[in-house]
Amino acid sequence: MMAGLSREKTANIVLALLLLGVPLAAVAAGEPFYVTLATRIVILALAAIGLNIALGLGGLVSFGHAAFFGLGGYVAGILATHAFNGETVLFGLPSTTSMPVIWLVAVVLCGLVALPIGAISLRTSGVYFIMITLAFAQMIYYFAVSWPDYGGEDGLSLYVRNTFPGVNTAQPLPYFLVCLGVLAAAVCLFWLLRGSRFGAALEAARQNTTRLSAVGIAPFNIKLVAFVISAMVTGLAGALFADLNRFVSPSMASWQMSGELIVLIILGGKGRLFGPIAGAIVYVLFEFALGGITERWQFFLGLMLLGVVLFARGGLLGLVAGRARHD
Amino acid sequence: MSLLSLKGVEAFYGASQALFGVDLTVEDGEVVALMGRNGMGKTTTISSILGMVKPRAGTIHFAGKEIAGLPSHRIAQQGLGLVPEGRRCFPNLTVEENLLVAARGSDWTLARVTGLFPRLGERLGQYANTLSGGEQQMLAIGRALMTNPRLLILDEATEGLAPVIRQDIWAALRKLKVAGQSILVVDKTLSELLPVADRCFVLEKGVTVFEGKPEALTAELQDRYLGV
Repeated sequence: MMAGLSREKTANIVLALLLLGVPLAAVAAGEPFYVTLATRIVILALAAIGLNIALGLGGLVSFGHAAFFGLGGYVAGILATHAFNGETVLFGLPSTTSMPVIWLVAVVLCGLVALPIGAISLRTSGVYFIMITLAFAQMIYYFAVSWPDYGGEDGLSLYVRNTFPGVNTAQPLPYFLVCLGVLAAAVCLFWLLRGSRFGAALEAARQNTTRLSAVGIAPFNIKLVAFVISAMVTGLAGALFADLNRFVSPSMASWQMSGELIVLIILGGKGRLFGPIAGAIVYVLFEFALGGITERWQFFLGLMLLGVVLFARGGLLGLVAGRARHD
Repeated sequence: MSLLSLKGVEAFYGASQALFGVDLTVEDGEVVALMGRNGMGKTTTISSILGMVKPRAGTIHFAGKEIAGLPSHRIAQQGLGLVPEGRRCFPNLTVEENLLVAARGSDWTLARVTGLFPRLGERLGQYANTLSGGEQQMLAIGRALMTNPRLLILDEATEGLAPVIRQDIWAALRKLKVAGQSILVVDKTLSELLPVADRCFVLEKGVTVFEGKPEALTAELQDRYLGV
């Protein structure tokens, strides 16, 4: 057991060093493209860490987290577009290009939206929970598609990347470091949650709701809080993703995106601290390496996913580190 | 006023009626035995008290408050601690997490629980599913105590355990009784149960058919209601 834990820690440290080291090396070698690739990894990992709070810790298979990813993206896109045009947003609220403000708005909005979605969805479980979260996400997706003010189906372009105090975000490396800092904070949040009494109650709620009620804790409330926190983190990732691509489109909120986030977690190892990071690295590298050779690169990703599900239930990190409590 | 009082409780599983009129009381500081053959409604009675089965008729009062119809967690918060049938811990939590997740109030702490069950103290970092059956039962009792219950309810707490472990658990229950803990206990080991109980209730076919001191439960009555 102890050997397994320390092996996972070693793997985590290696992943963290890779994530920091490779972009620095790429800049030194004059290959900034790889920095953008790494930023994509970091942001997808952040979105998946959000989902991992609900899915990995709480066993809540949300098939609608792309909705929050998309919402976060649209917050960045909408606030920045209005700011660029010197306009206010709805009801005369000021627009902004400041990332910290955008992040705050994205996180709060996603929390507010996740609250009713969670409160309704969590009355169901199993396959019904999956379907109802999907249904909510599709509502948000079609809302974005049918809102011509913000590009509708064509999406919304940001003219320049938003600003962060003291950082030149237009450059790939500084923006990467900003995203990496946010990811590190999310990893800490996940670690704190998992180790807390709340985390134990969430794990208990995943295992048996009746037993948890019998000690006087309402499983519904615990799961709802987890769902809301989870959505907030994924929404923050959405805002960063919009700035990375300087583009937001309804596809960020599509069900394919929700599926991708689940795939990242399953690949890396669900419930594991660095699981989403390992998953995002493999996913983006597959997309990059095989995507250049064939349009059907997802076929090979599918094979790999099949292999992980059949032979490595703990994900890629599970292969390295052995079983965790969640496997 | 009784700590716990059930009057004419009727409960159903779907269309089939399991309880036809259960009366039961537990006074403060008392150990009460709930007895009856298999299928007579003991576990259903306990599920009704904890709100896991909603009674269709009758009243359940705890500490002067009507609790029938409240959600389970609200009922537990009133001060009811259940040790469910079948050693139900949270398997993927450690012993310590199992205990701390339930913690409420201040009388019962981790140290006091491990004082009562030293074997748990030696295994705080172990996952519950790696414990022996007896240790899991101690953990289930410890977890219920961590909620600082005014009434501890044990459903078949010694069933399927090795005799030496049963002795440990009965010894712990006797200690709890001396400390003034109110306990409602369901068990089949009459030789252990009757000496520790202050009063007994016997259920037959979902109805309370006997209430009284253990001494009043004569060999003839035992044979009629509890004999196999």
